Amino acid sequence: MTRFILNRLGQLIPVLIGVTIAVFLLRQIIPGDAVDVLLGGTASQEERDALRESLGLDKNLFVQYFTYLGNILQGDFGRSSTYNAPVLGVLIERLGNTAILAIPAVAIASVVGVTAGVWASRKPNSFRDRSITVSVLILTSMPSFWLGILLILFFGLQLGWLPVSGKQSLIGGGDFLDVARHALLPILTLAAWSLAVITRMTRTSMLGVLSSDYVRSSIARGLSKNQVVYGHALPNAIPAVITVIGLQAGFQLSGAVLTETVFSWPGIGFALAQAISNRDMELLQGGILMIAVIFVFINFFVDVLYAVFNPKVKVS
Amino acid sequence: MTLEESPQVFEQPLLRVTDLSIEFTRDRERIPAVIDADLEILRGEVVAIVGESGSGKSTLAMALLGLLAGNGDVVGGTIEFDGRNVLSVSAAEWLGIRGKRIGMVPQDPMSNLNPMKRVRDQLGEVLLRHGKATRKNLEAECCRVLERAGISDPKSRLDQYPHQLSGGLRQRVLIAIGTACDPELLIADEPTSALDVTVSARILDQIAEISQRMRMSVLLITHDLGLAAERADKVIVMKHGRIVEAGAAAEILSNPRESYTQMLVNADPGIRARMGESITVTREFDESDIVVEVADLNKTFQRRRRDTPVVANKEVNLRVPRGSTVALVGESGSGKTTVSRMLLKLEEPSSGSIEFDGRDIQALSREQLADFRKRVQPIFQDPYSSLNPMMTVRAIIREGMDLYKIGRASERDRRVGELLEQVGLAPEIAKRHPAELSGGQRQRVAIARAISMEPEVLVCDEPVSALDVLVQQQVLQLLRELQLEKQLTYLFITHDLAVVKEFADYVYVMHQGSIVEEGETLALFEDPQMEYTTQLLAAARMV
Repeated sequence: MTRFILNRLGQLIPVLIGVTIAVFLLRQIIPGDAVDVLLGGTASQEERDALRESLGLDKNLFVQYFTYLGNILQGDFGRSSTYNAPVLGVLIERLGNTAILAIPAVAIASVVGVTAGVWASRKPNSFRDRSITVSVLILTSMPSFWLGILLILFFGLQLGWLPVSGKQSLIGGGDFLDVARHALLPILTLAAWSLAVITRMTRTSMLGVLSSDYVRSSIARGLSKNQVVYGHALPNAIPAVITVIGLQAGFQLSGAVLTETVFSWPGIGFALAQAISNRDMELLQGGILMIAVIFVFINFFVDVLYAVFNPKVKVS
Repeated sequence: MTLEESPQVFEQPLLRVTDLSIEFTRDRERIPAVIDADLEILRGEVVAIVGESGSGKSTLAMALLGLLAGNGDVVGGTIEFDGRNVLSVSAAEWLGIRGKRIGMVPQDPMSNLNPMKRVRDQLGEVLLRHGKATRKNLEAECCRVLERAGISDPKSRLDQYPHQLSGGLRQRVLIAIGTACDPELLIADEPTSALDVTVSARILDQIAEISQRMRMSVLLITHDLGLAAERADKVIVMKHGRIVEAGAAAEILSNPRESYTQMLVNADPGIRARMGESITVTREFDESDIVVEVADLNKTFQRRRRDTPVVANKEVNLRVPRGSTVALVGESGSGKTTVSRMLLKLEEPSSGSIEFDGRDIQALSREQLADFRKRVQPIFQDPYSSLNPMMTVRAIIREGMDLYKIGRASERDRRVGELLEQVGLAPEIAKRHPAELSGGQRQRVAIARAISMEPEVLVCDEPVSALDVLVQQQVLQLLRELQLEKQLTYLFITHDLAVVKEFADYVYVMHQGSIVEEGETLALFEDPQMEYTTQLLAAARMV
């Protein structure tokens, strides 16, 4: 097992290098020169050349890439012009805010989704199964920004129970309860979509396993329905569900741009949206790199979890 | 003691099925699966139900456990187990019957164990569930039950997962689970049809032994009439959902009453082989005209350099004369399929040479290779997976002709019709998809596809072992006729010695990757020189 994990970690290295190359090239592809952005259109040719040289932009691509890589490895992601602060610091803070939404959202979606999926699969085509399937369809068809606005209108404006925007109250805010109150609606918005996807996957996967020979055999041995469903079917259905949960966690942690924008939540998605509209290249590049790295690591964890559940990997 | 109390005289049957009818609903249509079935099983008795696939034998067995598929219903009759009609038993009561009083050994050892759970857990939960063990003595009980099912080192198996066990071991674990609670009735649904002949014989011995020791009744479901007659006290023959004949096992082979049973007996080379009545034919061919010659063939599989290499074939030598049928026999894992894959040039040998028509197939040019692919055609075991389900029969048979530009494009559809007729199918079948055909029809389509290329050599890997005995007889007959008509050469790869005895001219016996014995069919079967060959023949009851 340890060997399996080390092996997989080793395989991450080339992937991560590839990610940095892609992110580095992204900047070359995007039209417009960094110098133009920094100096504006009115600067003289001498000024432009001087800045170009000081930024190292006159060197060839290889040198530029290795300089970039060296900087990243030292934690230097450049400076954000929007926030006038080091990119890394901004991203870490924003990532923290996104995690406040993403982790509870994925947790709720997983627990509720797996429960509902298993529950639906126990009696296929029953009233209960159909209700769950239809709810799932409605949830997946609903755009997150629309659901977010509905929640704001109802719980925020109509009932006035919960704040509708930002991470904390401007005056005297910032304690746990205050942040939790602000986070509740965006968490529900984020959880809704993941919940639907996870429920659907669990149900399908369970139905497949429940029709397998070994499940029928375990019924023929006189095991109770719960023993069959939770002892035999669920462990076999869960790997497929883990894959979906991992993907959902990836999407959520990389910042749900729309949801964060609707709720003005200062997360990484909101920051990226700002970086794009302000042409804050350093922040954008750093943000994309960070999201890519998060994805790579979540996939790694999913792989490891898969192995934990798969006896073929476990014993060899 | 009065007469009524004496169990020897007025013994109630353990199981009594009366007028049982079962229907399935498909697309709002009701399809009968079992019609008016009657049967009785006494305590300690072994009863076999024999029938082809689709005869309703497995449906009947599942109904005894209350486990019909969701669209199946009992529409008439009763099932009495120990005097109780189980059709009116509640779900909760079933839990106390299944596994405890009626055990089951399912058909396929590969798919009937949960891949995620250790042997210990899968066996232990049944013992605990039915109160046959406590947490304290669980391990000892598991070992006892496994040992009784013929597992020699039960303790070491407890912590293994199904994928670490061979097919034979898995089936023994399933027998251990099925018999763990000493049920009064054991339903064994084709318990050995997925296993090699030597393993199969031992597994059936173990079931018989447990049955005798515990006075357990056994309902054996099988497609193999010979096996049923040998293992059971009473044999029931089913066809299209009806019981057509029932009687003492000793009677049924020697004196079948119904014409269907007679057909089954006559079609089965296994029964003839057991009775020493194999129909053998000697055919003429030139032994010096060798079309395929394999010399010192070795094959090792090694995925990565640090893995230990797996030897699939060691120093294999084969000679196949033109127009003859050469059989390569052996158990699963003996390496015979690897040889066939190398002969078809689907796999490269590690060393050694394969010559086709005097040319080394390793050194063929592009054109020569195309010619080779045309002249050597495969027929595979499983007609369910060897035909592309998205293509029509016409497209399947035409594909090769289109690729090699055989005949004019406009004539190829007509040619497809001719080929279908040659293999005994109606030309109208060309419009259908494989899913609409039976197993035997599919295998005929596969044969039509192979002969569409006008080949000289057919490499047949278990071409009839997935087929029912009547269909098998027809397909073998077809292969014989085609051989005469087209001077075909067959390399016949199989584990079925009875078929080989009637079909092949020359036999190579393979064991652990090497040829251990070879010889002309009759000579080899009558006077085997190697112990392994003798074992194989003994397991198939052919000595």
